[in-house]
Amino acid sequence: MISESTKARFAKEVAKYPADQAQSAVMACLAIVQDELGYVSTDSEAQVAQYLGMVPMAVHEVTTFYNMYNQRPVGKYKLNVCTNLPCQLREGQSMLQYLEAKLGISMGQTTADGMFTLQQSECLGACADSPVMLVNDRSMCSFMTPEKLDQLVDGLRAVENK
Amino acid sequence: MMTAQNILSQFSATGVQTCFHDRHINPQIFAGLNGANWRLKDYEARGGYQALRKVLGIGGGEPMTQDQVIATVKESALRGRGGAGFPTGLKWSFMPRQFPGQKYLVCNSDEGEPGTCKDRDIMEFNPHIVIEGMAIAAFAMGISVGYNYIHGEIFSTYDRFEEALEEARAAGLLGNNILGSTFSFQLHAAHGFGAYICGEETALLESLEGKKGQPRFKPPFPASFGLYGKPTTINNTETFAAVPWIIRNGGQAYLECGKPNNGGTKIYSVSGDVEMPGNYEVPMGTPFSKLLELAGGVRAGRQLKAVIPGGSSSPILPASIMMDCTMDYDSIAKAGSMLGSGAVIVLDDTRCMVKSLQRLSYFYMHESCGQCTPCREGTGWLSRVVDRIETGHGRLADLDLLDSVAEDIQGRTICALGDAAAMPVRAMIKHFRHEFEYHVAHKTCMVPAYV
Repeated sequence: MISESTKARFAKEVAKYPADQAQSAVMACLAIVQDELGYVSTDSEAQVAQYLGMVPMAVHEVTTFYNMYNQRPVGKYKLNVCTNLPCQLREGQSMLQYLEAKLGISMGQTTADGMFTLQQSECLGACADSPVMLVNDRSMCSFMTPEKLDQLVDGLRAVENK
Repeated sequence: MMTAQNILSQFSATGVQTCFHDRHINPQIFAGLNGANWRLKDYEARGGYQALRKVLGIGGGEPMTQDQVIATVKESALRGRGGAGFPTGLKWSFMPRQFPGQKYLVCNSDEGEPGTCKDRDIMEFNPHIVIEGMAIAAFAMGISVGYNYIHGEIFSTYDRFEEALEEARAAGLLGNNILGSTFSFQLHAAHGFGAYICGEETALLESLEGKKGQPRFKPPFPASFGLYGKPTTINNTETFAAVPWIIRNGGQAYLECGKPNNGGTKIYSVSGDVEMPGNYEVPMGTPFSKLLELAGGVRAGRQLKAVIPGGSSSPILPASIMMDCTMDYDSIAKAGSMLGSGAVIVLDDTRCMVKSLQRLSYFYMHESCGQCTPCREGTGWLSRVVDRIETGHGRLADLDLLDSVAEDIQGRTICALGDAAAMPVRAMIKHFRHEFEYHVAHKTCMVPAYV
């Protein structure tokens, strides 16, 4: 079930649109679900559908169309490394490879401890900061280097293992 | 105690490198910014919301009429900063102002064209300039509701913009009876969640309606059938951000900042092989060589090889052609490319053109929405063929094959993504055919592998 606090977040989004256009809030509601639960399950889709008065398939169409929705559980930290041309020209590809080696996984995979999911991503829209990486959909990390990636990954591990 | 958020925030951009470097030329949008002064009171201290007050006739002076505002924007020769370069005043005049039902104003901040990162800095460091520009546009077209659709990947910028909206509402600059006038305008922020195609205006409208972002046939154009089927005007973030200066200083003054038919300043996002990647706001018509100099020149010890002048969809130009261009719509078009969003991707002489194209072609395949067969199938063909040339499995006939696939996509799709996938391929082969041929013959690059 959707919690009351989640419903309050949903309501704030729905209020932006005309009364008969609650569907407009579906992107935001799914992003809120992902923020709270880590991914968008079929159950969550059904609940969002009911909340907004949509058919579940219409919600599923949205979840599957947009790249950032996780359709299954991911690691506690989802690392999206941009390798599009502007980042590639500034070592974006090497940063992805560095993380693959450091985490011992290939892109698209999650570490065995469930801590990190590593993904290659398309343009994040921060090209002058390249190479860039987006963590958990919300934190843009700019001007990455192997040293900074070490600091980031080791730092997050230390926080979690405390 | 160290939290995950503390750790991540160490790596967030400050804007020092990209925006507060003091290497703009006569900036209007980026003038006086430092990262800390994005709030309403700071914006007002810079003269913010004076243009809106002028339009509404607050604080002495006659209010402007809708026609006067539109005429001023027409006179300024402001052209759409999102990529198409369509004259803004003319677009505004298409809105059926007398239409009795709801009309909408939409800001396209779905900035996903590879190389482009200017709207992010505008909304992050000067969000109120966008709000003021939108309010003036809404006034000019008799619109009472607007949305700013922001790229999902820059979520902190979306949060920042929401905060700025709250400030504006609390100060009576948005909402009912703005500043005590009869003009009302409700403005909201919405976000995407990872789909390049939503930068296409009709796909964006579909997305804003809560659907998958697949472009609509045009006509009808948004001015007659837009959001929820209602008349809608859509402009890019930077376009709206240019409006307050134009209203304060006049259309003629803005035009004179640039060159004929290309008014004002433009923010160029310079990325790739330069010493100082960043956003540079300079007058329209500034020589490319000057822009390159502002960005610190080509990376140490290397020569300029080629430039993609207007985002990844614009045809690449060799250094020799590019160095003769000025940065404005007409000069770049004359050279055979497009100014597009103003995203300048610089490649130095160590770069392999096949490898560069391989990454771009993969991108278009990945982002094709799948609605039109020529694009859905064709982008896959382009990507796979470039891929096999790069990996040493190409044949000479592949060059003609690429051209014919590109030909079969161009002009045969609902939206411009198909063209955007085809044009870079054709331009690469046109200007750097010998590199592709070398790859086929020797199964390796002409240049040492860097990319």
